[in-house]
Amino acid sequence: MRDFNYHLASDVKDAGAKLAASEDGKLMAGGMTLIPTLKQRLAAPSDVIDLGAIAGLKGIAREGNEIVIGAMTTHAEVAASEAVRAAIPALATLAGGIGDPAVRHRGTIGGSTANADPAADYPAAIVGLGATVVTTQRRIAADDFFTGLFETALEPGEIITQVRFPISQKAHYLKFRHPASGYAVVGVMVAKTDAGVRVAVTGAGPSAFRASAFEAVLGKNFSIASLEGVRQSAKDLLSDVHFSAEYRAHIVGVFVRRCVAAVG
Amino acid sequence: MPDYRADRSVRQPLPPDASQFIEHSNGEFALASRLAYLRERNVTIPVKLTVNGKEASVNVEARTLLVEVLREHLRLTGTHVGCDTTQCGCCVVHVDGQAVKSCTMLAVQANGRSVLTIEGLAGADGKLHPMQEAFREHHGLQCGFCTPGMVMMGVDIARRLPGADEKTVRHELEGNLCRCTGYQGIVNAILSVVNPGAVKAHH
Repeated sequence: MRDFNYHLASDVKDAGAKLAASEDGKLMAGGMTLIPTLKQRLAAPSDVIDLGAIAGLKGIAREGNEIVIGAMTTHAEVAASEAVRAAIPALATLAGGIGDPAVRHRGTIGGSTANADPAADYPAAIVGLGATVVTTQRRIAADDFFTGLFETALEPGEIITQVRFPISQKAHYLKFRHPASGYAVVGVMVAKTDAGVRVAVTGAGPSAFRASAFEAVLGKNFSIASLEGVRQSAKDLLSDVHFSAEYRAHIVGVFVRRCVAAVG
Repeated sequence: MPDYRADRSVRQPLPPDASQFIEHSNGEFALASRLAYLRERNVTIPVKLTVNGKEASVNVEARTLLVEVLREHLRLTGTHVGCDTTQCGCCVVHVDGQAVKSCTMLAVQANGRSVLTIEGLAGADGKLHPMQEAFREHHGLQCGFCTPGMVMMGVDIARRLPGADEKTVRHELEGNLCRCTGYQGIVNAILSVVNPGAVKAHH
């Protein structure tokens, strides 16, 4: 790891100022992706701005029909939260399946969301539940947030402060864990929301996406029988030495059906 | 001063004055030069920790990992580095009561916090912690390399999930690898603390 200038930000404004003042700075949330990246010298920022001391970015609250999670809230906190478990149990389950216990004690929802790893779990929750990503500058709808492989709608210097999840009527998340890494080979979130049925897929594509073929059918008739013949196209899906695009597409179809069975 | 980051051919980013370095290219001088450079740049950062109940103050570079402080500065070598890539869990310690991988936490991130390592588990009189005693009783180790991380994770599991069943314990050990594959004894040891009724009879 190359050395860098370390800054502990006191609030998001301070973090933004320090980032702007640095030559090639990076924000650090839990560091669960950034630190391994620095170790491998895949990144060598001049400055690292640590968001770890900003108390205002932590915490979970129910506000009306939304669960609001501060950006620096850890996966373990989301998984264990009574408010989340009561309102959106699928979200608690998803958070409790990220990485391993030690990683969940450090990794954060804001960090995972901003990093936009194609195999991360949170993007499926954000897209599948129709969440809103709140930043220092604006509110970004889930459908506009993930724009490509490790790419998001975030502008340079824009910092995520909250993720707001509307409470769905019912939702279920299933993940095909990579046996070694625990990352999602395929992750599927199916949700019945006030705005209709949403089906989100992570792991299979360059970024989380809505499986519109399934949504169209389930929106009319929410049943496994209605999915007869409905398939996920393998076009543009990821392919690697372990799992071909066709295999991932097949798993998407299997998991959508299992999620529909679980949601009922 | 040239930006060493821009020059990838310089494997060692330090020292500042290469000619001086070459002239006195013995290890001692290299180290002295390095420290002088750090002092001059003022890049060492004071970090205060409570480790196993004792106050510790160290000066580190920003990039120094928590496990490096524990092993190299404080000489607490019970915490091991296995994979150095957040996978194996040999480096698990508790920070403010929670299990973390100390190879994936910067020392500066632990500033002001309380750290518990394997050395801090046993009582002052040398009496083993119940989890250590369980590992001894159930033969929860073979070569012993992964053991400190396994024990620290076991204590964390017992804190969070009292009464957990065998399947849960196995799932919770996902981030701790035993290359001897001696998981049965490890799982039995942890189960015997969190849920004694669930331990399978000795073979």
